Amino acid sequence: MVTRGFTGRGSGGDQSNRIPPGQHLVENFPVLSAGPTPSVDPSDWTFTVKIGPKPVKVWDWSAFNALPKTKITRDIHCVTSWSKLDTAWEGVLVEDILADAGLERPSDFVLAHSYDGYSTNVPLADLLSGKAMVALNYAGKPLPRDHGGPARLLVPHLYFWKSAKWVNALQFTTRDEAGFWELRGYHMYGDPWRQQRYTND
Amino acid sequence: MTENLAQTVPWQSCAITEIVQQTPSIKSFFFRLSKPFAHIAGQHVDVRLTAPDGYSAMRSYSIASWAISSPTIELAIERLPDGEVSQFFHDVAAIGDEIELRGPLGGHFLWPEPAIDPVLLIGAGSGLVPLMAMIRQRRALAQVVPTALLLSARTAEDVLFSEELHSIEISDPMFVFALAITRDQPVRASDYARRIDGVMVQEVLARLYRKPTQVFICGSNSFVNVATDGALLAGLDPSIIKTERYGG
Ligand SMILES: Cc1cc2nc3c(=O)[nH]c(=O)nc-3n(C[C@H](O)[C@H](O)[C@H](O)COP(=O)(O)OP(=O)(O)OC[C@H]3O[C@@H](n4cnc5c(N)ncnc54)[C@H](O)[C@@H]3O)c2cc1C
Repeated sequence: MVTRGFTGRGSGGDQSNRIPPGQHLVENFPVLSAGPTPSVDPSDWTFTVKIGPKPVKVWDWSAFNALPKTKITRDIHCVTSWSKLDTAWEGVLVEDILADAGLERPSDFVLAHSYDGYSTNVPLADLLSGKAMVALNYAGKPLPRDHGGPARLLVPHLYFWKSAKWVNALQFTTRDEAGFWELRGYHMYGDPWRQQRYTND
Repeated sequence: MTENLAQTVPWQSCAITEIVQQTPSIKSFFFRLSKPFAHIAGQHVDVRLTAPDGYSAMRSYSIASWAISSPTIELAIERLPDGEVSQFFHDVAAIGDEIELRGPLGGHFLWPEPAIDPVLLIGAGSGLVPLMAMIRQRRALAQVVPTALLLSARTAEDVLFSEELHSIEISDPMFVFALAITRDQPVRASDYARRIDGVMVQEVLARLYRKPTQVFICGSNSFVNVATDGALLAGLDPSIIKTERYGG
């Protein structure tokens, strides 16, 4: 349906093939989150990998920083309809975390947990093959608190609520368990190219 | 998960039935729903505008009205400089225009039902919108739950729904209303002439009968950060604070 009198700022020109349907480009980096911004000092920070309720390995900040680091540059897409191109991240790929924990494929589903009690589900396949990392740096600097620092999950090919800020654990689950927003009306998978915004989209 | 969430929330075309200039930068738009829905105070709709070349722009807007089963909803939209969608609404949209929207959406920033324990609401600018829906729902249902609203605005002129809030304050002893006016002198002695801080939140809390068990904070990200710091400094527990950030 055409809206009377609306022409819009126009699509992203040459880059329009990088912008999923219903999204618009931003230059700034908007901040959205459901509660207060936690303040986590790296000296208190830990990261845990669990199978069900059972912790398999826990890293502190220096042990985690000793893992192999990878840089990636990706486009990101927020469900509130902004997209940002060529964002530059550095962190530890999920496969490198699992290798250090001596794990291969304990189950097909993962629930990421955060310091503020947030959680989100991602199939394991979407976390492997260089698709996802626990990011420690953004644009060459330590990740700011507002954007999830000291560490956030980064799964750039899914809507950005899947990239849990202030992440502190990855938990393998036997079934695909809904996380915080998935229990509150948002899609279980969240593919921006298929506009999987809300439950059953 | 509720029944409602088990289905896709459909897009619907809605006519604008009324436009009201509320403050120098905020207008209310009333929409007649073609597929009426009942929403919970705090929820939003997604609005989609489409250009003749097929380009479309989508944004979220909180619902300001409380209207179980009413076919009309109110949105209050602030005009942002160079804002693609908000400028369209302010400068182009007219009564009778058909706009596509879908809702109700959002399952986190919701007025508690039943509302029993005291609630603290903190907002700025158009961040009042979902809080206003809560205040209206509480009033429409004749709820007596002690509720405080701490509202920040540049000047008294910029206070959205000012008349309605003052009249609720006068008629309802369980409703506490304080303004933080940041670029002007406040009119009332009980208001503040500075940004929100911990001492201010503490003073507002002292006017509630018991400590709140739920806090809702809404506005721009920078405002939400300042207000949340104030709430934490006032001794509130982070786990009871829900925030809605309008992005940038
Ligand atoms: C859940 C939710 C509820 C909301 N409820 C309300 C509400 O009730 N009322 C309300 O008014 N708003 C609300 N918002 C905000 C709303 O969704 C829009 O973000 C807002 O109206 C701005 O949209 P716009 O198209 O006008 O501006 P945009 O075009 O998106 O621009 C936003 C700002 O960024 C600047 N900008 C634009 N493009 C660029 C660029 N390339 N680089 C740098 N800066 C740029 C613009 O100057 C503008 O000031 C809500 C948001 C959310 C997430």
